[in-house]
Amino acid sequence: METILSIQNLWKIYPNGTVANQDVSVDIKEGTIHAIVGENGAGKTTLMKVVFGITQAKSGNISLRGKLFAPSQPSEAIDAGIGMVHQHLMLAPELTVAENIVLGVEPKRGGVFFDFDRAVQTAQEISEKYQLAVPVDKPISELPIGTRQRVEILKALYRNAELLILDEPTAVLTPQETEILFQTLDQLKEQGKTIVFISHKLKEVKRIADTVTIMRAAKVIDTKPAAELSIEGIAELMVGHKIDLSRVATPEHIGPAKLSVRNLNMTRDDGVQAVRNVSFEVAGGEILGVAGVEGNGQTELVRALVGLLPVDSGEILVGSTDIAQLSPKDIRQLGVSHIPEDRMEDGVAPLMSIQENIIVDRYEKAEFSTWFRIFWKNVLAHTVGLIRDYRIHAGSPKHEISSLSGGNIQKCVVARELSADPDVVVASQPTRGVDIGSWEHLHTLIVEARNRGRAVFLVSADLDEILKLSTRIIVMFEGEIVARFEDASTVTAQDLGPYMLGIKRQEESSAKVSA
Amino acid sequence: MQRFLLKNFDAVRTAIAILIGMLICVLLIILVSSSPGDSISIFLFGPFSSQRTIASIFEIATPIIFTGVALSIAFQAEQFYIGAEGAFYITAAVGTAFAVSTSMPWFFHIPLILLVSGTFGGLWGLIPGYLKARFNTSEVVTALMLNFVALYAGLYLINNFFRDRAAGFMVSFRLPESAELPRFIDRTRIHWGVVLAIVVAVWAYYFLYHTRTGYEIRTVGHNPKFARFGGINVFKVIIIVHILTGAIAGMGGMVEIMGIHRRFNWQDLPGQGWDGVIVAIIGRMHPLYVVAAAIFLGYLRVGGQQLRLMSDVPFELVLVIQSAIILLITARAFLSQWEARMVIRQATEEAES
Ligand SMILES: Nc1ncnc2c1ncn2[C@@H]1O[C@H](COP(=O)(O)OP(=O)(O)O)[C@@H](O)[C@H]1O
Ligand SMILES: [Mg+2]
Repeated sequence: METILSIQNLWKIYPNGTVANQDVSVDIKEGTIHAIVGENGAGKTTLMKVVFGITQAKSGNISLRGKLFAPSQPSEAIDAGIGMVHQHLMLAPELTVAENIVLGVEPKRGGVFFDFDRAVQTAQEISEKYQLAVPVDKPISELPIGTRQRVEILKALYRNAELLILDEPTAVLTPQETEILFQTLDQLKEQGKTIVFISHKLKEVKRIADTVTIMRAAKVIDTKPAAELSIEGIAELMVGHKIDLSRVATPEHIGPAKLSVRNLNMTRDDGVQAVRNVSFEVAGGEILGVAGVEGNGQTELVRALVGLLPVDSGEILVGSTDIAQLSPKDIRQLGVSHIPEDRMEDGVAPLMSIQENIIVDRYEKAEFSTWFRIFWKNVLAHTVGLIRDYRIHAGSPKHEISSLSGGNIQKCVVARELSADPDVVVASQPTRGVDIGSWEHLHTLIVEARNRGRAVFLVSADLDEILKLSTRIIVMFEGEIVARFEDASTVTAQDLGPYMLGIKRQEESSAKVSA
Repeated sequence: MQRFLLKNFDAVRTAIAILIGMLICVLLIILVSSSPGDSISIFLFGPFSSQRTIASIFEIATPIIFTGVALSIAFQAEQFYIGAEGAFYITAAVGTAFAVSTSMPWFFHIPLILLVSGTFGGLWGLIPGYLKARFNTSEVVTALMLNFVALYAGLYLINNFFRDRAAGFMVSFRLPESAELPRFIDRTRIHWGVVLAIVVAVWAYYFLYHTRTGYEIRTVGHNPKFARFGGINVFKVIIIVHILTGAIAGMGGMVEIMGIHRRFNWQDLPGQGWDGVIVAIIGRMHPLYVVAAAIFLGYLRVGGQQLRLMSDVPFELVLVIQSAIILLITARAFLSQWEARMVIRQATEEAES
């Protein structure tokens, strides 16, 4: 097989000093599916951005079919036959599928006016040619994520892409949508296309890839045929040590309910009912996992539990106190901790120091201050202790927290929230965007909290995480709980999918039966 | 060296911005002056030529320290409350009214006047603060409008009730002696207000960096969502910040009357509120650096006055430096290429070692 793309000794350093690619070399063979795996921050996206001309390398060579290639902007890469589907989809939501596909190279009537009919026709043709069904005349905003992604792929194919780069395409998909995507990719491979598939989900890599390149900390560790690698093997190369992906043991002792939500209803600013008649309980010593495609009311629900959003009706009991009207501070004082969904938005003040970020919920404690003075020495000692106990890689507690990697920022957040000695832990996407090493460590911390009798309410878009940690699982769809699984240990991702997509729902009675 | 420069990059940038600003000025002087050598030395060294000129630097700096420190507190909380000008003016008018209508020994009178003006200034700041905290109205707009309200209300108060008709100008009665801040260096107008200003700056530094409320203020400024998430009462913080800013700026206005003018004689907004914005920016919102920035601004102003008196160069030149420095300091991109190159070099060295 011919090498289509060859990257040699490539270095990329961002203006802030991050070394994102260090002496990276990879060869990609024509007509294969080549996976690039690595923890978050390993430099996968950066490498592809260099190939696609979004950013430029400091040194090193790229050659395309043997010819030196150094795109200074994406249009050059597109002209050379490279297509990229980004981690965050980049479609115009108001435009139709056809318009999006032809955007930038539109068919014109008389050379001037956009020819809508031809656009629809072209889109239809290209969709049929590659057997990728899309509703060409629907606006993007009405389509589910999986379909939008297919539009992105078609868009690249319409521009004659021979080499297709997909950056973590499955991150936003349900298991069923993922399977459909994989069929598409297999099909494209048969038609002779080359696909670079970036991921940190190893099962998927194993399922789809011919060749695997493993990156760790800006470097390429190894490139091997997928057949020669096991999932555990890839994981080990990715992190540098052995990884435990198995489910955690069910708790031995489950206490009384510490968090009870009854008939909760919430409305979003735009008038849509975000949470519909939701009821559940979380007991001390268990983890209640919430599965669901993002945007189905989980965010609103979590924010209500910690006092950041008002509710329309219903009760939220912590112990026996209704907190629906209380301030975030009062709720914290009742023993509720919160690991927020978006750590940079809610979880930290990026430009403040690590120690200043740690004390936000405890600066008024006698240990740290009196009315006229903060004891920075004690704050420092406390922070040093947390950095040690939670194995946070940080220089000094006085450094800006944003100087840490994503995983370590998240560990700071988790360290703060779990060290507050809470009764109830509300964790939302606790490992989003962190590397596998941190992923595993954060899980250990959450399970430890559970074992100490805390009630853990866990919302996550990462099904592996939900399945690994949960004692019980509920599924949310369009603001409602559509399924309850009282014993998570027997549940699989395939079981959850139809509920997450709203295809199936348990009737209230059958939900109780399964209890 | 590289490491040191990177660590103190903000300070380095400020220093370079000041140098470039001064350099531009020197170049302009060379262009417009018929005897550039003399003009440059008047501009640079004139401020130190006599006890009187040195004193002027501090006289000018004193009120600006008050307004600069006041605005630093607001800016640290990301509150772009720019009503220091109005607070400065109206509090001086109200404080004057209070001072001329009361009489008691100085050791009661002076503290009481300061207390009254501080309280009034705080209430004045509370107006945009409450509107912001409660209804999220832009504090920029309300403060700007209130500056005009301050001007006309102040003029009305002084001209109708406290005007000294014997004076021949539109000025208030003279303050009683018990309300004057004493001057303590002969043949200058340096008064106890300068000490007060520095005390306020040191207090503000301590307050912002070593107290709970100061921590809350900075946290809200850095990320209000995070503050709310952590349990900080953002409403309370916004209110406190506006009250403090109004109080300190207002007190500065009254101190200026008690120390320099000794009667209310402003027929227009005097400008120290705006100078406060300038020094708060140059001093990067740190109360102690703000003191240095205010003294630097005083030095520039005296240099400008000297130029006007003794050379053919217009005073407006000072405004050029001022603007150049501010532009350079606030332009995020200024020297960022240089910083990036240093960072990349350093990172390469570390990665390769
Ligand atoms: N625009 C940027 N500026 C500075 N650093 C960046 C930028 N983009 C990514 N990085 C950093 O570069 C490293 C590699 O990031 P990335 O290529 O996105 O990794 P991956 O895709 O493997 O998760 C990370 O440490 C990340 O924080
Ligand atoms: Mg990435």
